[in-house]
Amino acid sequence: MTLTTRDILLFCAVFGLIAATGFFQSWNVALGIFNMGLISAIMALGVNMQWGYAGLFNVGVMGFVALGGLGAVLVSMPPVPDAWAAGGLRLIVALLAGAATIVAAIQTWKRMGKGLARTAAMIAILVIGLVIFRSLFDGAVEAIERVDPAVSGYLGGLGLPIVLSWPVGGALAAGAAWMIGKTALGLRSDYLAIATLGIAEIVIAVLKNEDWLARGVKNVIGLPRPVPYEIDLQRDPDFVERAASWGADVATASAITVKLAYAGLFLTVLVLILVAAQLALNSPWGRMMRAIRDNEVAAEAMGKDVTKRHLQVFILGSAVCGLAGAMMTTLDGQLVPSAYQPLRFTFLVWVMVIVGGSGNNFGAILGGFLIWYLWVMVEPLGQTLIGLVTAGMADGSWLKDHLIDSTAYMRLLTMGVVLLVVLRFSPRGLIPER
Amino acid sequence: MDLLNAVVALLNFVIVPAVAYGSQLALGALGVTLIYGILRFSNFAHGDTMAFGAMATILATWGLQAGGVSLGPLPTALLALPVGIAATALLVLATDKLVYKFYRAQKAKPVILVIVSMGVMFVMNGLVRFIIGVDDQQFADGARFVISARDFREMTGLDEGLAIRTATVITVVVAGICVAALFWFLNHTRTGKSMRAFSDNEDLALLSGINPERVVAITWIIVAALATIAGVLYGLDKGFKPFTYFQLLLPIFAAAIVGGLGSPLGAIAGGFLIAFSEVTITYAFKKVATYVLPEALEPQGLVQLLSTDYKFAVSFAILVVVLLFRPTGLFQGKAV
Repeated sequence: MTLTTRDILLFCAVFGLIAATGFFQSWNVALGIFNMGLISAIMALGVNMQWGYAGLFNVGVMGFVALGGLGAVLVSMPPVPDAWAAGGLRLIVALLAGAATIVAAIQTWKRMGKGLARTAAMIAILVIGLVIFRSLFDGAVEAIERVDPAVSGYLGGLGLPIVLSWPVGGALAAGAAWMIGKTALGLRSDYLAIATLGIAEIVIAVLKNEDWLARGVKNVIGLPRPVPYEIDLQRDPDFVERAASWGADVATASAITVKLAYAGLFLTVLVLILVAAQLALNSPWGRMMRAIRDNEVAAEAMGKDVTKRHLQVFILGSAVCGLAGAMMTTLDGQLVPSAYQPLRFTFLVWVMVIVGGSGNNFGAILGGFLIWYLWVMVEPLGQTLIGLVTAGMADGSWLKDHLIDSTAYMRLLTMGVVLLVVLRFSPRGLIPER
Repeated sequence: MDLLNAVVALLNFVIVPAVAYGSQLALGALGVTLIYGILRFSNFAHGDTMAFGAMATILATWGLQAGGVSLGPLPTALLALPVGIAATALLVLATDKLVYKFYRAQKAKPVILVIVSMGVMFVMNGLVRFIIGVDDQQFADGARFVISARDFREMTGLDEGLAIRTATVITVVVAGICVAALFWFLNHTRTGKSMRAFSDNEDLALLSGINPERVVAITWIIVAALATIAGVLYGLDKGFKPFTYFQLLLPIFAAAIVGGLGSPLGAIAGGFLIAFSEVTITYAFKKVATYVLPEALEPQGLVQLLSTDYKFAVSFAILVVVLLFRPTGLFQGKAV
C-alpha cells in the first residue's frame, strides 16, 4: 500500500495549483484554501471509512459536522453563571428525566411479554415521561434564555481550551451515529441513507431552535482560539522586527503566521488520522471490512457479525467527521447554524471521496484538496466564462443580467457534472483502491 | 355550541391543511415508490425533479399570464401543467438515457444508483437555481378562497371560521384524479399490467416478451407527471422556493417507506399518515381545548407537543418506528 509515482505527481499537481494561487493572487488566500483543504481531507477520510471500507452510504455528513461544531462551543466558551443559576440544574434534571423515560420504555418493551399490555405500558410510560419532561424543561429554558439574551441567553460552555473540543466533537458525532446505526443498519442500504438524511436535518433544526444550547440563530461568535490573534502579533515588537526582516508588511505577516499555525495543528491531526486509518485498513480488521463490503453473505458464512462491524465502522467514520467539524468551527471562530447547507457539507464531501478514489485513504485526501480548490475557484472561473458569453450581448438585456446573477449557482452544476462524469468513466477515482 | 366551535377550529387548522399536505406527499411518494418498484433504487433526485417541474410550469404560467390567458377563478398554472409535465418528462428521459441506462446495463448495485441519483440531484438543483433563482415565487392567481373565514362565520353564526382555500380544493381534486387514473392505468391497461409484472419479477417479465426499455421509459414519464403535479400543487399551496423541495425529500421518503417501498397503495396511506402526524403534533391545541374543557381545566400553555420547527423530526420518528418494528412497511412493500 505505497504511493506510486503517478499518485505523487497527482498530489504535486494539486499542491502546485494551490501554490499558483499563492504566487499569482496572495499567499493569504492560498493558505486559506490549504487550511480548509486539510479539514475537507479529514471529512473525506471519515466518509471514506464508511463508504470505501464498508460500503455504507451516509447522507448526513452535515449533521455530524454540525455536532462537532456544537462540541467546540460547549467545550471552549466560558460558562454563563447567571444562566446556570437561573435554570441549569433544572434543565439537567429535565434532560435526565427525558433520557430515563426512553430507557424505561425500551426496557419495558424488552422485558414484558408480547401483547396489548406491553404496548399500553410503553405508551403510558412515554406519555407520563413527556409530561414530566416538558413541565421541567420549558420553565428551565425560559429562565435561561431570559438571562441577558443580547449577549448570552444560553448556558455557555466549560471554558476549556478549544483543542480539547475536537475529540469531544468526535464523541458527540459518534453518539448520534450509534443511535442511527442501531436502527437503520442491518436493513437495506437505502434505509441508512434516508435515516442519516433525517438526522442531519434534525441536528440542524436543534442547533437553530434550542437557544439555551448554543444561542440558536443568534450564533455564538468569538470562540477562543488555539493560536495567537493577529492584533496581538502586530503589537509585539519582536514580531514587527521579524516581519520587517522578511520584507513583508506587518498586517500580511501576522495573517500568514496565524494561518500557518492553524495549518500546523490541522496537519498534525490529519497525519495522525491517516496513519491510524492506514494501519487499520491493512490490519486483519481492514481486510475483514473489505471482505464484508465485497460479499456480505460470504463474510457472514465465515462467522462475521456483519451488522456489528458495520455499526463499528459507521461510528468511527462519523466520529472523524465530527472531529473535522469541531476543527472547522475552531477555524471560523464562530458557530452559525444557518451556514450548514447539505449541498455544501454532505454532497461536496461525497464528491471528494468519489473523485479522489473510494477505498483509498490517500485518494480521499487528494479529493479533499482538489475539490475544495475547485469549489473555491469555480466561482471566479464561472464569472469569467459568463463574462465571455455575455460580452456580445447588449448591456441591460434581461438575459445578460440574469446570466450574471446566476453565476453563483454554476458550482452546484459543475460539481454534479464532475461527480457524474467520474462515476461513469472512472468509477475508481483518481487514486484507486489497491 | 362550544363543541361545534372546537370541531370547526380543528377542521380549519388541522384536518383541512393535513388533507392538502397529505395529498401532495402522497403524489410525491407515489413517484418514489414507482421508481423503486421498476428501477429498484431510491431516487434522491425526486425532490429536485418536483422543483424542476414546478419551475417549468411557473415559466409557462408567466407566459400565459403575459398573453392574457386566465382560467377565471382557477389558477392559470393548471393550464400550464401539461407544458411543465412535458418539459420534466423530457428532462428525466434524457437523464435516463445519459446517466441511468449505463448502470442498468451493468446491473450495478442499488447503492451505486443512489449515489448517481445524488449527482443528478446536484445537477437538477443547480439547473433550477440557475434558471429561476433561489427566491420565493408566487404564481397562484384566480380566487383565493372558496369560503373565507368571515363568510363562514356569517353563514353559520359560529365564533370560529372555516376557511377553505382554492389551492386546497384543487390539490385534493387533482390528486384524487391522478391517483384514480394511475390505478386504472396500472390495473386495466396492457402497459400498466406489464409494468406490474416487471416490478414483481423482472426475469419472468423479460421471458414473456416485455420490452424493459419501454417499461422504464413509461415509468419515467409517469414519474415526471406525478412529480410535476405534486410540485405545482405544493407551490400553489405554500409558495415556490427551490430549497423547500429538497427538504420535502425526507417526508416523501418516510411516506414511501412507511407504506412499504414499491407499493402504490402504501405510498398514499403513508403520505396521509405522515401529514396528519406532522400537523397534529405541531399544532397548538390551546384553542380547541379552551372550547371543549370546562373553565377550571383550561390549559396554561399552548398545548403544543412539538414546535413547528421540528416537523421533520415527526416524519423521522415515524420512519424510525417503522424501521424498528416493521421494516417492510404497513402494506408489505418489497424491501427488507
